Amino acid sequence: MLANWGYQDGSGEYFITIDTDKCDGCGKCAEVCPQNVLEIGEDPADPMRSGTVVFVSEKQRQKLRFTCSPCKSYLTAKSGSASSRPSPETLAHELKNLCCVMVCEKEAIGHSW
Amino acid sequence: MLTGDVAVVAETKEDNNELWRWKESRWTNPDIDWRAGSIISAGIDVGSVSTQCVIMVDGELYAYASLRSGSGSADSAWKGTNKALEGTGMTVDNWDYCVGTGYGRVLIPMSKRAITEIACHGRGANWMYGPRIRTILDMGGQDCKVIRIDERGKLLNFVMNDKCAAGAGRGMEVFADFVGVPIIEVGERSFDIDDEPKPVSSTCVIFAKSEAAGLLREGWDVNKVLAAYCSATASRVMELMKRVGLEPELAITGGIAKNRGVSERIEKQCGMKFIPKKWHNPEYEQKSVPFDTQIAGAVGAALFARALKEKEKGK
Repeated sequence: MLANWGYQDGSGEYFITIDTDKCDGCGKCAEVCPQNVLEIGEDPADPMRSGTVVFVSEKQRQKLRFTCSPCKSYLTAKSGSASSRPSPETLAHELKNLCCVMVCEKEAIGHSW
Repeated sequence: MLTGDVAVVAETKEDNNELWRWKESRWTNPDIDWRAGSIISAGIDVGSVSTQCVIMVDGELYAYASLRSGSGSADSAWKGTNKALEGTGMTVDNWDYCVGTGYGRVLIPMSKRAITEIACHGRGANWMYGPRIRTILDMGGQDCKVIRIDERGKLLNFVMNDKCAAGAGRGMEVFADFVGVPIIEVGERSFDIDDEPKPVSSTCVIFAKSEAAGLLREGWDVNKVLAAYCSATASRVMELMKRVGLEPELAITGGIAKNRGVSERIEKQCGMKFIPKKWHNPEYEQKSVPFDTQIAGAVGAALFARALKEKEKGK
């Protein structure tokens, strides 16, 4: 299942997408995240599932734009001028280099920004 | 003189009845003897605006109640429960398993387990509308979510706007009150217009309210302002729906599902129709069990409660 955690508002879309079919709940992403955005636990969307899965903790869901952006502005700045948004291709490439994404062997985490 | 003044105040208060208030309801299935059932499961959905309690006997709908939430989740849960139990002779002690869901799910005293409303809505809508539905739009009191499910009600993809209540039920209540139209008439009246206006530019309740004030001052008809607000609500949901993708059949749940001013505008914008609000189970249709789109979450919770009880027994 694709779980889209986050929100969209006038300034853009801020979602972290977790593919729970791929995620095995190893917890590496949660460990590596400098803002403690991710949490490991029982699947909030599937109570009958055994085993754990990663999700965006409830307290963080409303402020991803602020908690997640330190990682992302670094990437944005690296890819060109800090003021302009990189091309979709560059962005897609850069989003793969986020620490939570890189550490995931199952390729279960995605970001939309 | 003084008493005269007081009387006038009281009178105006009565005239000013609460336009935003929707009808609370309850229903019991007279054909079921709960004492003969083997598993009594209950689901309580304490939302930000409304609270529902659904009681099932062996997976069949036995009773439900839908009320307005108070400020305390535990208190709301008790109110909903007592309303659903009214006249049945059943007490909470007769329940085998109770699952809590919704915004206040962790604070429901009688529930054994809390399950998120996303999971419950998927399961509940699948049971109410039948296995044909693939996309559910739930428009609740303070959030809206779009859920894609498979034929068993298992979630495939979902998105929920966690950020704010704009374009949700509570916003509609505030808006109805502001323009002085009873909330149940909003949908109907929003179509009583000459031509469809542009949506108001913001669904944020506060901004929309001031924009509406401006439009009314410009001489807009109240119905036209309602149309513009309903239309803005519909466009906002469309953004979320596009994110998870739309696969037929489409179903709508939650309080706003009862407002055709919004639901029909969503249909127009996405070019698809919502499946009619009818029970999948033909028996329920025959007996004309009232179909309430607001109980979907609590129905799902009650179904999970039953499954969990069975799992417990199996151990």
